[in-house]
Amino acid sequence: MSAFTTPIAQAPIVWTLPYRGKVGMASLIVAESAIFTIFVVAYLFYAAKSLSGPTPREVLEIPIFYTICLLSSSLTIHLASRFLERGKRGAFLGLWFLTIVLGGLFLFGTGQEWHRLIYKRGLTISTNLFGTTYYSLVGLHATHVTVGLLMLTIVLLFGLAGRVGPEQSARVDVLSLYWHFVDAVWVVVFTVVYVVAR
Amino acid sequence: MSSDAMAIQSADVAGRPWVEALHEWVTTVDHKRLGVLYILFALTFLIIGGIEAAIMRIQLIRPHNDFVSPQVFNRMFTMHGTTMIFFVIMPVMFGFANYLVPLMIGARDMAFPRLNAFSFWLSAFGGCLLYFSLIGGSGLYGAGNAPDVGWWAYAPLTSRAFSPGHSTDYWTIAVLVSGFGSIGTAINIIATIVCMRCPGMKLSRMPLLAWLNLVMAFLVLISISPLSAAQIMLLVDRYLGGHFFDTQAGGSAALWMHFFWIFGHPEVYILVIPAFAFASEIIPVFSRKPIFGYPVMVGATVCIAFVSMSVWAHHMFTIGMNSYSNSFFVLTTMVIAVPTGIKIFNWLGTMWGGKIQFTTPMLFCIGFLFQFLIAGLTGIMLGAAPFNWQLNGSYFVVAHFHYVIVGGIMFALFAAFYFWYPKITGRMLNESLGKLHFWLFFIGFHLTFDTMHIPGVLGMPRRIYTYEPGRGWDTLNLIVTIGTFVQGLAILVFVANLVLSYFRGPKAGNDPWDAWTLEWSVSSPPPSYDFASIPTVSSRRPLWDRKHPEDPDSRYE
Repeated sequence: MSAFTTPIAQAPIVWTLPYRGKVGMASLIVAESAIFTIFVVAYLFYAAKSLSGPTPREVLEIPIFYTICLLSSSLTIHLASRFLERGKRGAFLGLWFLTIVLGGLFLFGTGQEWHRLIYKRGLTISTNLFGTTYYSLVGLHATHVTVGLLMLTIVLLFGLAGRVGPEQSARVDVLSLYWHFVDAVWVVVFTVVYVVAR
Repeated sequence: MSSDAMAIQSADVAGRPWVEALHEWVTTVDHKRLGVLYILFALTFLIIGGIEAAIMRIQLIRPHNDFVSPQVFNRMFTMHGTTMIFFVIMPVMFGFANYLVPLMIGARDMAFPRLNAFSFWLSAFGGCLLYFSLIGGSGLYGAGNAPDVGWWAYAPLTSRAFSPGHSTDYWTIAVLVSGFGSIGTAINIIATIVCMRCPGMKLSRMPLLAWLNLVMAFLVLISISPLSAAQIMLLVDRYLGGHFFDTQAGGSAALWMHFFWIFGHPEVYILVIPAFAFASEIIPVFSRKPIFGYPVMVGATVCIAFVSMSVWAHHMFTIGMNSYSNSFFVLTTMVIAVPTGIKIFNWLGTMWGGKIQFTTPMLFCIGFLFQFLIAGLTGIMLGAAPFNWQLNGSYFVVAHFHYVIVGGIMFALFAAFYFWYPKITGRMLNESLGKLHFWLFFIGFHLTFDTMHIPGVLGMPRRIYTYEPGRGWDTLNLIVTIGTFVQGLAILVFVANLVLSYFRGPKAGNDPWDAWTLEWSVSSPPPSYDFASIPTVSSRRPLWDRKHPEDPDSRYE
């Protein structure tokens, strides 16, 4: 048996494999992309098929400011993790906090739009097909933003407690990968909801 | 060294109260224990799903039988399908992947052990939730308990108007929850294989079982997710008054079919690729030859995975698609036969000229090869749109997919049980009981599912709870039911073998089959840390190299 457990002597080989966190997150992103694809397909399939109003052209307003907020948060989180890599904790925490603020602003924007649609325009998830597909798709994305914000906040709290240093940088990168994904999905959702199917 | 560790471990177990052992199993994050939990969970549901099948077959044994009511019959085929797909074959495949992949690639555990435990418990609770519907399903309306909408749950049958009460909700949420569990396990399998291989275990040297499970995990990611999305839409429809599948408000029932089968067809390959993986490990060992055409096997599997994403609508020829769609899906369905044929050719190429040992696992593998080929042939028949228009929704379809799942997947699965049981428990399964199991199951299988094609061709629709006498279906249905009971008997022999051999079976030792992959280099059962020192490999058959240092495989790579 010991013959089995002792490897055959041979020249040492260089052996490096990818970081499992990154591969795991990439796999999750593949799965999530498939979920979003189905919701996008449903949105496009049902575009302009509602039997009653209101239609997207009547009620949707393009959320340019909040879109800029969300997309720029990708830049701030990227810079934050680069600062963490170089051990500059102050800059990391500042930019990380800014990311949370930008993401929070975006979520506030979604909330505001929903409030307007529900109370002023009378569009709910059960009004018509547009309402069903719109709230599902945008809501699915907003759920992902919320989950992302919760995780970002946890990292911020650990950071404020002085527990996040350059040695955690690989893990923080995994979270920022998720955040980039959430932003990229918004580009698709924005294009589909506010440009193509409007 | 590892046997010392084993001795200490078993002494530990003997001295402790059972509550502590139970606590250890419930809170475990060890890939081997989770693998065993997955397998035991699946075996439990196999018995339950089998009983449901038996109830249906007793009802159909003669015309105008009234063993169960039509309502109960609907529940039985819904629960049987859902149980067998989501709570038997998927978990048992994940169980074997969990147990074997880290051992085969020289890792000490999966990449994310806690995610692994979480995924298992999600699947387990999903299964319990499905069966809890028997108690909690009637809800306010008293409208039946267990789900009765069929395993594919076509709209608008699942809408509030046609499925009052909560039985459909139990179905939806159980499938959704276990789907999240499957996605978690798939992420884990991918991360483990990509990031945890031992030094020297290049992708080109990885055992085929690991390769095929990698492909299977990728398929889980891209096809279970659409199902989860569709289930979320169904929940929106049922709970929030949405209109996704509500034709009254402009929604489309056909969209649910598309979403379901975008999941449903790749699902077949999620189930069968691990079965291919078993065959690819077991056939070489009992042919005493390395696998024939290793790179082609990997390529064919990847090819099957890709093509399987574009064939889903061949389940839907009868809904009236246009001729372009029909032609496209007929062609892609025919194309998938090519890589599958390549695989069968390679397994035969492995056996050709080998010193074949007809042990129980090998018998099951040969049964798998032969029956999977026939299943593929009826698949090609059903894949041709004109033929499909004639026979879709008949017992011919039921016979076809049971040929795939029982004749193909289950046979390979039994082979895996006989092959790896010694590794998992440290004891050999009894060969005579194993051969009895094989022959009984083989005869029962062919009695049931060969015969079942004929009433299908004669026009017997699936999912009917009874039928008129004198249509030429009577004797055939009797034979089908008799075959079911022969299969049931075989399963009893199998379970008896599993239990008896656990206590009485001869000790297996590390490597009872003289095999070549790394899991056979550690003790049986392996110690909790798997490998005392992480091995280094330099060929596809690391154990061959160690046993034959004068002529290692690495010389020829």
